[in-house]
Amino acid sequence: MSEILEVHELRAYYGQVQALHGIDLSLREGSVTTLLGANGAGKTTTLRSICNMIRFTGAIRFDGIELNTRSTEKLVRLGIAHVPQGRGTFTRMTVEENLRLGAISRNDDITGDIDRMYAHFPKLKERRSQQAGTLSGGEQQMLAVARALMLRPRLMLLDEPSFGLAPLIVRDLFKILGKINREDKVTIMVVEQNAELALELASDAYVIETGRIVMSGPAAEISNNEDIRKSYLGY
Amino acid sequence: MELLTNQILAGIATGSIYACMALSVVMIYQAIDHLNFAQGEMATFSTFVAWQLMRWGVPYWPAFILTVTISFGVGAAIERGLFRPLANASILTNVAGFIALFAIVNSVTGMTWDFTIKEFPSPFGSSQFLGSELINSHEAGMIGVTGLLLVFLYCFLGYTKVGLAMRAAVSNPESARLVGINVGWMVALGWGLASSIGAVAGMLIAPVVFLEPNMMGGILVYGFAGAVLGGLSSPAGAVLGGLLVGVFENLIGTYVPGAGNELKLPIALALIILVLRFRPDGLLGRNVVERV
Repeated sequence: MSEILEVHELRAYYGQVQALHGIDLSLREGSVTTLLGANGAGKTTTLRSICNMIRFTGAIRFDGIELNTRSTEKLVRLGIAHVPQGRGTFTRMTVEENLRLGAISRNDDITGDIDRMYAHFPKLKERRSQQAGTLSGGEQQMLAVARALMLRPRLMLLDEPSFGLAPLIVRDLFKILGKINREDKVTIMVVEQNAELALELASDAYVIETGRIVMSGPAAEISNNEDIRKSYLGY
Repeated sequence: MELLTNQILAGIATGSIYACMALSVVMIYQAIDHLNFAQGEMATFSTFVAWQLMRWGVPYWPAFILTVTISFGVGAAIERGLFRPLANASILTNVAGFIALFAIVNSVTGMTWDFTIKEFPSPFGSSQFLGSELINSHEAGMIGVTGLLLVFLYCFLGYTKVGLAMRAAVSNPESARLVGINVGWMVALGWGLASSIGAVAGMLIAPVVFLEPNMMGGILVYGFAGAVLGGLSSPAGAVLGGLLVGVFENLIGTYVPGAGNELKLPIALALIILVLRFRPDGLLGRNVVERV
């Protein structure tokens, strides 16, 4: 399998404060990779750098294309979908409008894809003409994932999808993510604090601490290593 | 009874101009969260452009369309050049920017076309509308054009891809960027549209109040009042608010003893404050309760 995303020597800053101190990552095409770490370790910052939403140095390549100089809105056209922390739903717009917005950079017919999303997430179909802000937390997260899929992305970045959700709902959500990865061949990178569940889904894992990668390898290996689990993942 | 109908219709006619101004105020408020104090002056400037074009021999409707187009460009250019750099500045910086814009546009208009009153033609004439005693054809025209404008905006925002993108950029700029929307251009588009709507309002009211550089001053106050009454988050609310202000104003002037021309404005505004006391987000404004 070839590498779809390569990150080299990524350093990022918030004003004067350096948040990332030289991160190296690579994602195999078709894999699910998880980036684990505690609050403030730099997980979100890594995702935001990939999407060019903050200032950074280093090299980020997607499918061989240099991303550094591309604005956030242009990255989408390469097939990178980002589900931000806090879901980023358009709360005042309807569920269906949210889905249409996910595909707004596409110029082909999207009605089939909207139906496909309703098949993945039947709850969304029931609520298609409701304002997204009135949905429950779990439904909003489903909507955020569905909106990202409407792009027909090659790579989907998810920032703490489990945040604030009940365990059962999180389990459902991760099941769907696995299905999307297998059936639609979408490469997934998921940032999580909920390490146990993320390691079940992922094939590869990275552990980040205070802006540095401290561990990487196959997900199974990391979840089987008790020392790592105790010192970095807290379970 | 006839007097009442007459006053209500006349109120709707002037109200439709307030509605246009309210609409342009709301367009910009939605895009950047600030009230544009210079909206009226920009509309006056546009009206002078139309006047000048007709002076040069351009017939009314081509001049009308050309003016709307030019106003769109000027509005978008003002956003790009002046307010985009202020996007992250404090509220007061922005307010200062708007006041500066107000003064600059006003003086440029005065310098270019001087301060004497000018006549501005109406494409609808001033005969009785369909033989009715109640409303003249220009008033009917104002209502008609405002109605068309509203239908156009409704279709544009609700049913086109660009309209959808524009609403998304307002609703959540960061997420809009993440789905591939160029938020900066959407804001400029909002300014362009607001400026065009203002131009329409100016060209429609000019035959009634005569054209001069301070023509829109009072009208913008009514427009603001209408926008706030209807709800700053709702274009339909802005139109409703504008119309209600127009009707209030006329009815108070006619029926409240001693109110006359001097007091009808303050009484109308006092009524609005009373309404807002009970509905702070305006009549159609939305205060969305969000689940977390």
